[in-house]
Amino acid sequence: MDSYGISVKGCDLHYGDFHALKNISMEIKEHRVTAFIGPSGCGKSTFIRIFNRMNDLIENCRVTGDIIVGGEDIYAKNTDVTLLRKNVGMVFQKPNPFPMTIYENVAFAPRTYGIKKKNELDDIVEGSLRKAGLWGEVHDRLKKSALGLSGGQQQRLCIARALAAEPKILLMDEPTSALDPISTGTIEDLVNELKQQYTIVIVTHNMQQATRIADETAFFLMGEVVEFDDTNKIFTNPTDKRTENYITGRFG
Amino acid sequence: MRKPIDIFLFCLTWGFAALTLISLLFIIIHVLINGIPHLTPTLFERRFTTDNVSMFPAIISTIFFVLLTLLMAVPLGIFASIYLVEYVKKGSKIVTLIRSATEMLAGIPSVVYGLFGMLMFVEFFGFGWSLISGSLTLTVMILPVVIRTTEEALKSVQGGYREGGFALGAGKLRVVFRIVLPSAIPGILAGVILAIGRIVGETAALIFTAGTIPQVPQELTQSARTLAVHMWALSAEAHHTNEAYATAVILLLIVLGINTASAVIARLITAKTK
Ligand SMILES: Nc1ncnc2c1ncn2[C@@H]1O[C@H](COP(=O)(O)OP(=O)(O)OP(=O)(O)O)[C@@H](O)[C@H]1O
Ligand SMILES: [Mg+2]
Repeated sequence: MDSYGISVKGCDLHYGDFHALKNISMEIKEHRVTAFIGPSGCGKSTFIRIFNRMNDLIENCRVTGDIIVGGEDIYAKNTDVTLLRKNVGMVFQKPNPFPMTIYENVAFAPRTYGIKKKNELDDIVEGSLRKAGLWGEVHDRLKKSALGLSGGQQQRLCIARALAAEPKILLMDEPTSALDPISTGTIEDLVNELKQQYTIVIVTHNMQQATRIADETAFFLMGEVVEFDDTNKIFTNPTDKRTENYITGRFG
Repeated sequence: MRKPIDIFLFCLTWGFAALTLISLLFIIIHVLINGIPHLTPTLFERRFTTDNVSMFPAIISTIFFVLLTLLMAVPLGIFASIYLVEYVKKGSKIVTLIRSATEMLAGIPSVVYGLFGMLMFVEFFGFGWSLISGSLTLTVMILPVVIRTTEEALKSVQGGYREGGFALGAGKLRVVFRIVLPSAIPGILAGVILAIGRIVGETAALIFTAGTIPQVPQELTQSARTLAVHMWALSAEAHHTNEAYATAVILLLIVLGINTASAVIARLITAKTK
């Protein structure tokens, strides 16, 4: 991977007979935060899950079109999905730390990629927790269960766990929708920091959040991208009437 | 206020609930009253003789049967369930087939397992009436229990764990064995304890396959009797009724202990998943 952007051309996705994504094309720039907004069921999660091929886990899910991540066609026959998922990390809506210690959670990905030495792992764990802004809160209880953390801490742990794989791109599907406003603020600040090093794609239902953290925003409606532009432009001067209706709260 | 039919149904349910409880209490008290006075130290002597009718060899043999059976049934059952839950496509024919087969196996009376075990292990494989024939028969018998409970335990593991694991690039094997299986262990354990209960309480399946020799077996191919079989053998001989009751007290304690353990574990699981 040399450039860490994402380029999608003519992407269609079907769940069985259901046409969930319709002819989507989009260029996501590296080291930017790109937000996906749109009403429930319009396909934001479906689309973001294409970039690390999480849709592979769903039966009857068919993807067509060119999806280039980091310069490579990720749906090519010889794609190493494990490597793809190492490079493209994901954070989910509901914090899902594994039922093991905080340390083990963060060390999970490096262990998957064959790192065994204790001091190497220690460094990765500390570094990742620091990047996720969690080190100060948990450094003295790394060997305690991750399930004992608060929701916001759990979500930052999940971010640390994803960062431990040393990804280039970070996908976040409504990472704050299960959190209180303070934890949400912490994570938004974190996203702003992380974009120096990572390309970030974030799904959000919270328009203020999109304006606060996203450089560019895509508005989805019924499986289509209605508008994709600078966040500023989308929220102050949208081209499409439907975008305007949505951001002014007239539907959705 | 209430219709008479409601009151009638209310009384009926309460009546039957009370009846169940009373019969249980009656059995326990009956066994305790008749058994405890006869719990003498000679019943726990190291060797069985026709005079002391010691239950000590039977207790040790019970442990052997339990361990040997679990050693075979638990890994087999766990791998079968992992296959069914994690690897087979949902709604596939194989799953439906295996599932209805396990359900049917669970409903077969244990005498039938005994006869099957006798034909299969005692005679066809030539293991004779022995620890190994008995354990193999018990394995076949409790496998459905282990598979069912493990399946349930695996299914109740949050989908988020699997997703999280895959998203980190872990393969199926790593996700299943490092994340899913460890979180399912409490549920699996509850199933294993249920299975232990079945083994400890089993007689018919063992009489036909392990014989009834009251000794601590030195080899897999020697005959042995569990506590339950021991009790059955004593009560079959008219002049050992008292000792049979005393044995029943111990058996009851063991079964109660096992049930308590499973209840505690079940509670721990629910507390954990909250
Ligand atoms: N596994 C699946 N099988 C079939 N249809 C699905 C599946 N997952 C999602 N869908 C359908 O695809 C459409 C898009 O779903 P998706 O989850 O991507 O929406 P979303 O924009 O993320 O919504 P939300 O904001 O509620 O999370 C919906 O109509 C949904 O019902
Ligand atoms: Mg979604």
